[in-house]
Amino acid sequence: MNKRLVENIFKGLMLFSFALVAGSLAFIMLVILVKGLPALTLEMLITTPKGGFYMGKEGGILNAIVGSLYLAIGATLLSIIFSLPLSLYLQTYARRSAWANVVRLALDVLWGIPSIVYGAFGFTLMLAIGLRASLLGGIITLTLLEIPIMTRAMDEVLRMAPPDLEQASFALGSTRLETSWKVVIRQMLPGIITAILLAFGRAIGDAASVLFTAGYTDRMPTSLLRPVASLPLAVFFQLGTPFPEVQQRAYASALVLTVIVLIISLGSRWLAGRLSKYTIK
Amino acid sequence: MDAHIQIRNLNAHYGSGHALKDVNLDIPKHQITVIMGPSGCGKTTLLKSINRFLELYDDAHLTGEVLIDGEDIYAPTVDVTEIRKKTGLLAQRPYPLPMSIYDNVAYGLRIHGICRRGRSLDQKVQHYLEVAGLWEEVKDRLHAPATGLSIGQQQRLCLARGLAIEPEIILGDEPTSALDPISAQNIEKRLMDLKGQYTIVLVTHILRQAKRLADYVVFMYLGEVVEHGLAHEVFEHPQQERTRAYLEGQF
Repeated sequence: MNKRLVENIFKGLMLFSFALVAGSLAFIMLVILVKGLPALTLEMLITTPKGGFYMGKEGGILNAIVGSLYLAIGATLLSIIFSLPLSLYLQTYARRSAWANVVRLALDVLWGIPSIVYGAFGFTLMLAIGLRASLLGGIITLTLLEIPIMTRAMDEVLRMAPPDLEQASFALGSTRLETSWKVVIRQMLPGIITAILLAFGRAIGDAASVLFTAGYTDRMPTSLLRPVASLPLAVFFQLGTPFPEVQQRAYASALVLTVIVLIISLGSRWLAGRLSKYTIK
Repeated sequence: MDAHIQIRNLNAHYGSGHALKDVNLDIPKHQITVIMGPSGCGKTTLLKSINRFLELYDDAHLTGEVLIDGEDIYAPTVDVTEIRKKTGLLAQRPYPLPMSIYDNVAYGLRIHGICRRGRSLDQKVQHYLEVAGLWEEVKDRLHAPATGLSIGQQQRLCLARGLAIEPEIILGDEPTSALDPISAQNIEKRLMDLKGQYTIVLVTHILRQAKRLADYVVFMYLGEVVEHGLAHEVFEHPQQERTRAYLEGQF
């Protein structure tokens, strides 16, 4: 009788947690849909801000949409270049050694650092090399933000690689590198793509780290060395105005950001599904 | 006897456990040597010392010598991938690589630079699939995932994949234990066909299988080689009391 009571209490707690998470998500979606959808026009998606845009006059956020995609895609591609070899090194060569655990601890700490600190650090770094607020500065800072997330997520994915599969590859006379590169990555591709998405989502949604490093502009991004607009900052600036119609556009911008993340998530899941045709279950 | 593999004073430890105790053994060339014994007796450990698989386990420690063609495979100058290329492995459960049937066989050919692409690669893949007795069943779906095969077919694919790297030795770690009887019989038949060209070392705990396949048998018990010799001699006239007890089913 008592056991059943405990079980029911825990079931209740789990249900409550689930409802909290699902409810929050539904609520956020509801708010940005209700407040943003009426303001979302085609004009907003395909034009840049015109004079007086932030007081409710015409224009759109194309500059921020394109800017955010450039920033996040650029940073994600750069991060893959660092994170994939690093996570492979951790799992294939360093494994559970003391050194590997120091690296993991460092990455975990970096993961937890607030993004404004990355912004400040990136800004200091840019000052040192004489770079002004620019697309390049934003990409570098977001890359720093992404690397720990992506590396640790990939590290956890690769840890799950079946040892039997590695042994099958070793038995054929593969080196560790061939095993990682030609066998383990293929097997774990869906998980690796999830890790990349996790970092991408964090980068495209982050306002604090691009505030100083990428700056903001009403123009379309044309150069790596010029400032670039981003959606999180577009939301921030529009929400900070006293005009209700501009605030509505902030919600519409948030909706656009959410839909971009959704499309990229679904797209890469579809891709992962196709690529995992050969995965050993 | 023409010994292909010579094992000298081999001791293996896992942490504090003593898994192999002073093993000395000559394994004859181009015959089937069956290592038998109750579970936990060190059969698999002995097998894994021949393709240097023990070093994949962090707590494993080995002393002594294993010589293939008279060369110590544990010598510091030896490239471990060369040793593993010489020794194909059939594991307990087949584990195909996460790629197509074709690529599973082509993988080893490619990484060792035996053959990279084109018709000659196609021919080699076909050849090894034929030797493994799988060609007729897969020739129309070479580019389908290997996971679509039944487990018995997967084991034959693993055999084809292993043969493709042109080994001299085939190691089998209870390669039929996960298979149904028909598939197991099929694998046994392949091994019988192959023994003219390869030295085959097979671990099994199935006594009847040992009797069917073995030219030479090794009986192990608690990490020691108790008795080894020509199959018919050991099976008919075991010299040791423990071997006799095992053959009578007392373990």
